[in-house]
Amino acid sequence: MTTPGTPPPTQATPGVGVAVENVTKRFGAVQALSGVTLTFPPGQVTALMGENGAGKSTLLKILTGDHQPTEGRVLLSGAPVSFASPHDARRAGIRIIPQEPEIIPHVSVAENVYAGSLPRKAGRRLDRAELSRRITSDLARLGFEKVIDPEQLGSELTPAQRQLVEILRALTGDAKVIAFDEPTSSLAENEAEALFALIGRLRARGIAIIYVSHRMKEIFRLADRIAVLRDGASAGVLDAAATTEGEVVRMMVGRDLSSLFVRQDVARDDVVLRLDGVTTDDVTDISLEVRAGEVVALAGLMGAGRSELGLALAGDRPLRSGRITLNGRPLRLRSPKDAIRAGIGLAPEERKAQALFLHRSIRDNTSLVSLERLRRMRFVRRSQEKTVAQDFSDRLRVRAPSIEHEVRKLSGGNQQKVVLARWLLRRPKVLILDEPTRGIDIGAKAEIYRIIADLAQDGVALLVISSELPEVLGLADRIVVMQGGRVTGELGRAEATEEAILNLAMADDLAPLDTAPTPAAARPRTDSAHGGPR
Amino acid sequence: MTTATTSPTETEGATPTARKRYAPAALGGQNLSLIGALVVVLGLFGALNENYLALSNLQVIAEAATITGLLAIVQTVVIICGGLDISVGSQVGVASVVSAMVFTSTGSSAFVGMLAAVGVGVLVGVLNGLVIVYGRVNPTIATLAGLAAYKGLAQLLSDGRAQGYVLNDPVFVFLGRGRIAGLPVMVWILVVVAIAVHVMLKYTDIGRNLYAIGGNDTAARLAGININKYLVAVYALIGVVAAVAGILLTARTGSGQPVSGSEGLELKAITAAALGGCALKGGKGGVGGTLLAVALLGALENGLTVEGINTFWQNVAQGALLVAAVVIQQRRNGERAVGLPH
Repeated sequence: MTTPGTPPPTQATPGVGVAVENVTKRFGAVQALSGVTLTFPPGQVTALMGENGAGKSTLLKILTGDHQPTEGRVLLSGAPVSFASPHDARRAGIRIIPQEPEIIPHVSVAENVYAGSLPRKAGRRLDRAELSRRITSDLARLGFEKVIDPEQLGSELTPAQRQLVEILRALTGDAKVIAFDEPTSSLAENEAEALFALIGRLRARGIAIIYVSHRMKEIFRLADRIAVLRDGASAGVLDAAATTEGEVVRMMVGRDLSSLFVRQDVARDDVVLRLDGVTTDDVTDISLEVRAGEVVALAGLMGAGRSELGLALAGDRPLRSGRITLNGRPLRLRSPKDAIRAGIGLAPEERKAQALFLHRSIRDNTSLVSLERLRRMRFVRRSQEKTVAQDFSDRLRVRAPSIEHEVRKLSGGNQQKVVLARWLLRRPKVLILDEPTRGIDIGAKAEIYRIIADLAQDGVALLVISSELPEVLGLADRIVVMQGGRVTGELGRAEATEEAILNLAMADDLAPLDTAPTPAAARPRTDSAHGGPR
Repeated sequence: MTTATTSPTETEGATPTARKRYAPAALGGQNLSLIGALVVVLGLFGALNENYLALSNLQVIAEAATITGLLAIVQTVVIICGGLDISVGSQVGVASVVSAMVFTSTGSSAFVGMLAAVGVGVLVGVLNGLVIVYGRVNPTIATLAGLAAYKGLAQLLSDGRAQGYVLNDPVFVFLGRGRIAGLPVMVWILVVVAIAVHVMLKYTDIGRNLYAIGGNDTAARLAGININKYLVAVYALIGVVAAVAGILLTARTGSGQPVSGSEGLELKAITAAALGGCALKGGKGGVGGTLLAVALLGALENGLTVEGINTFWQNVAQGALLVAAVVIQQRRNGERAVGLPH
């Protein structure tokens, strides 16, 4: 994947900045990174790009000591280093500015910045005079005096100021490398501008900057180099000045996604699910229909209210007004139990936190919502339970030694299949799938798409919430786009393009993309495949 | 040379298999180590004192462990669904006093006395459940409040003294002293309650739902389980079983005891449940392990008494056991030692 103008990917100025060399990371059977070699030179902004699950987060976590590489090594200023913890990495001068920095709410900015190494007088009393001297001089030295008030309390800070505090922590801690993980996702436009100016100053100070974002415009404004990851491997490094968005996207995708999708036209005329002006705390005036055997995708950016709408349909969020009808009969859903009884199932966004019982068996997890059909008196009919759980596990090709295996030991894809098996066993009329393929590998994705197609074939009405545009385009018969809790448009399969979806999904005050839109732009959040639920 | 090249591959290949084998062993392993500890304790005190293993002493151990056992079983249930009840001892005190006082004031009607005790038990339990679920009070705090309040209630009702005398009534005598097929009636009651709860946990959908609630409450809710109903019902069940324990305490001592005989039972019950393998986060545990732990605690307590060791040491030993049990549990879960545990 070499392009004209591409600097040789594996060597920048040797001996400075931070680099990874042949880094491989495995989580059990999942290969998150394989043989990645990348350099992040000082005084340059290197954008790190890739689809969800491409390995960006894992790479960042290895650089910042959260994970240790299975193979390969990390080089800091040319010398191999090994971080046992994020603390080690911080001490060595590698800092990450997370999307939501940890800020102690009830103390001042100054105390937040120096938390952990506060100046003190005899008897461990806080030396306020010294603290104030130190923050004033550091702010002046770094040119931050007018940007933030050191006396402000942590709880009063805006998201942008919180990031600023984290950046100050990094700078006062003498950082050599600063990584930004989707820094603008919680920022307003003017705040983002201020951040870009600041990053420019950091670059001028000779700090190596790693910038993870899905927003192409930002990348091309800020980055000197663009490193692309694909399926856990380095797909190449581009010179930002000499490449185009299209080039980057091709590098990120690198394969023909459409081959994964199975498509039959099975949608029938009978409307199964119908929403009229549904309004909850999070969504406003939603009207839509899903027919038997139809796959309707809910597209939109993070925070558009799609998951919240899914939860409302599953009976977990109360309706303020509006009406839900199922097969022509109005529903009153007071709890998820009502929704399940009526025939609506939800495979929620966070499968580990919201769907699975990790310490229970595949059998237990599969049968849970169907127990009322599997019991006599109140006794669970075990042999029947085993038979059906085995049957659905086989049909969905859940890969495990047996159905008595604990779900926590399965890979993400197999866990998702267990969630689907639960609903297939229950046979709902409507199935809502929220990010059904998040954080799972490409093979399992293809299998999930096949399962979705089979469900449609069986006449289930499917509502698929997805932030991956290729998936939306590949799966859906119809696409409903949401933005800010409202439906902004509906696209038939023929008229749906990534550009059309993005134009409906982006807030009006954001300028529409003037060049070719990218699948990545709709996903302003990194994959959370490896983050456990709290 | 050969060893150097083969050994890494061997270890790499061995690790997953070893883990697979370890995991099922860990579930049964808890019970096996409890049985081991029980054998050691019985052997040790048996060697020190020839009367310790006599049938009569074993029966004393069993009888003394009955009330703890009943509470430990219901404690197991509430811990499985992610809660805790540290007011059980005080509930026993209230029930004991109520059973004896109602018995006396109704002209020696044992059944009315017992019914009243169970009624009060249900009320207290439901109150606990409602405060936790609808008052949004952390179960530990809510039942800590209950621990104080119900103890005070028992003292108020009884004026702080033992109340009534029940051993002129055949029903109470039968409960406290009677035997069926050679075994004390109290022990039979424990056996019946244990089997009933075990069957509920393992073979009914109620049990599945309780484990689900403790394992992941969000997922349980989205799977259509009415968590609030279950939690209030579990606390009500605790109230009922604590009332039964209170009635047995009355029958055993001959009168309604506001504090003595019930104080400190919550510690024993929680220790037994934790030792028996209940994860304090919820979702794990069972009646079998808990009963083994009750037997272990009972055997230890009796042994220390028989050996004439200061009872204050028994409290120290119990506290140490509770902490040790939880430390072992957390180690097994691979918890990282950072900040406050959840």
